[in-house]
Amino acid sequence: MSEHTIHPKSASRMNDEMLSSLKPPTLRWYGLAFLLGAVVAWGIYAFSYMVTTDMSCTGLDRPVMWGVFIVNFVFWIGLSHSGTMVSAILRLSQANWRRPILRAAEAMTVFTVAVGGLFPLIHLGRNWVFFYLIPYPNQRGLWPNFRSPLLWDAMAITTYIIGSSLFLYLGMLPDLAVARDRAHGWRLKLYTVLAMGWRGTAREWVVYQQASTLMAALIIPVAVSVHSIVAWDFAVTVVPGWHSTIFPPYFVIGAIHSGVAAVITLMIVIRKAFHLEEYLTPLHFDNMGKLQLVITLLWSYAYFVEVQTTWYAHEPIEWEVYSFMAHKYTFILLLMLFGNSILPIIVLCFKRLRRSIPVMLAITLLINVGMFIERFLIIVPSLSHKNMPFVWGTYFPSWVELSITAGAFAGFALMYTLFAKTFPMVAMTDVHEYESQKALMLLGRTRVPSLVGKE
Amino acid sequence: MEKITSPYKWGMVIDLDRCTGCGACVVACQAENNVAICAKKEINEGRNMHWLRIERFWVGEYPDVRGRFLPVLCQHCHDAPCEPVCPVYASYHNPDGLNGQVYNRCVGTRYCGNNCPYAVRVFNFYDHEHAWPKPLDNQLSPDITVRSRGVMEKCTFCIQRIRRAKEEAKGEGRLIRDGEVQPACAQTCPSEALVFGNMADPASRAARLARSPRRFRLLEHLGTHPSVYYLKGGGREHV
Repeated sequence: MSEHTIHPKSASRMNDEMLSSLKPPTLRWYGLAFLLGAVVAWGIYAFSYMVTTDMSCTGLDRPVMWGVFIVNFVFWIGLSHSGTMVSAILRLSQANWRRPILRAAEAMTVFTVAVGGLFPLIHLGRNWVFFYLIPYPNQRGLWPNFRSPLLWDAMAITTYIIGSSLFLYLGMLPDLAVARDRAHGWRLKLYTVLAMGWRGTAREWVVYQQASTLMAALIIPVAVSVHSIVAWDFAVTVVPGWHSTIFPPYFVIGAIHSGVAAVITLMIVIRKAFHLEEYLTPLHFDNMGKLQLVITLLWSYAYFVEVQTTWYAHEPIEWEVYSFMAHKYTFILLLMLFGNSILPIIVLCFKRLRRSIPVMLAITLLINVGMFIERFLIIVPSLSHKNMPFVWGTYFPSWVELSITAGAFAGFALMYTLFAKTFPMVAMTDVHEYESQKALMLLGRTRVPSLVGKE
Repeated sequence: MEKITSPYKWGMVIDLDRCTGCGACVVACQAENNVAICAKKEINEGRNMHWLRIERFWVGEYPDVRGRFLPVLCQHCHDAPCEPVCPVYASYHNPDGLNGQVYNRCVGTRYCGNNCPYAVRVFNFYDHEHAWPKPLDNQLSPDITVRSRGVMEKCTFCIQRIRRAKEEAKGEGRLIRDGEVQPACAQTCPSEALVFGNMADPASRAARLARSPRRFRLLEHLGTHPSVYYLKGGGREHV
């Protein structure tokens, strides 16, 4: 029986380790939460200043009527892309290395889409009548305009936030039951309600397996459609530089690009913060690095095609937008190309670098800086130099826009920190499942995995 | 549902040979439509509220330099890019071919302003409700709202004048006669460069001028089908 792989740790010991994040918070944790809360409060102050005075405190003008708020919107929705998508694709393709990172990725989706979904409301000129955008019955028979991409956005984001929250919750259900069995006090009450009486019977597992596979298959088209719709905000207009059929696939790829990078960044942070070195091994970073490399190549190709077709056609107004972008924003354009494409392609080709945690941290942060710049360079130069040269303009974000952006980043981090302290951060069920599948047992004269998953 | 039709298709012809760039139309528009008076700072920031602007271009080499002027107002496109993108129908098309804007429905997404290729939509970045120092507030027109902050606004072809003329004509049981109604800019233009009229009536002055071989429309290649026609300047300085 020497082939019989016995995991050196018992199931309950593994649970202890994987639930270590739920231990009572330390002083450092409170410090971090306070710091993040302060930045969020500052962002909220900036927002209320804008609402109570007027929008002249932003950098917006005619013709650049969309600025950093919409950049943020596209960026955050883009980030939200990968969590669920990576998790769903890996679940369906039965990639076993996915297991420890599922939860981190799915939670990221929920929080980034929540942050991103706020920005279209923040950027409104009259935020206090935002409910005009909702199709609610009223005595005047007024309806929103279903031809407007902004309404499609609202629909798509609502669908996505519901879908990805359900996906996260469904995956967490058995883990909540484990947490419930070990909890006391308010946590016990919380987990009891959330675990919905999960007992782990065979029938429950069968239903659970079917539901999570189905959910994974259903969430992928939703994820793709959401970012296509965000791209349509731009692609269906007549603004030079925006009006391009490549935008939907290009935006989807861009979204996955930044999303995968963000998942890797978060994996590194979680690994360090909760001492999960045994569960998030260099193998995981290696595999995620390969995925990132493929996406980087795809993104680079899409960017090349977009610029190349414009250059080839040399349509005067579109070309003006591109030359303006290259002249006015040379530095950040080069930074974007370097950080988004050139450097990741070179670095991610090497196994040793993919397995190095500091290198991966630097690369993934750089990719997301690059993707933020990319969104800025899509939105602002096109509006600055539109069709009528007499009203060309420039844009620079004001302190209000930058504060709200900082508040958004801190808000995301804060929600994530609170989540990590309240809910199991490692998908215990999936890890256990893999451990038991790995264990081989003798059946007659052959060795077979002890459990065949239904996935 | 019954299709709403109208005997009117309002349009304008702007003869660039006649335009002297005097700016009287801009002032008239401002006075007629309660367009906010902007501080120098606002104009420097590109946040001026003019519904009508005169674009000035220099043509030729020194010393033979000529100024050329292009008055640009809302083109009241028949396929207006601003209309479908508005999520709340604040920007809509009326049966007279006008491109309307409902101020108290507008939530300020500014999407219409981005999608307008002519950049004629202006947004109330500032709170303009008290932009009229005394006694200028006495000249505010009671026919038109003073737009609040956070709302998009633009040229309406002086829809309040069209409304009034329509009511008068309806009382007398006839259609509006050619030249009976004109927006403030056309009324003020000293050289009659701006001619307003019903394009659906082939005999109207505007419709006749619009058949000139000199006519063109701004950014025609975008397929927006504007209601404003320009007549090309034919002077020797024209290039």
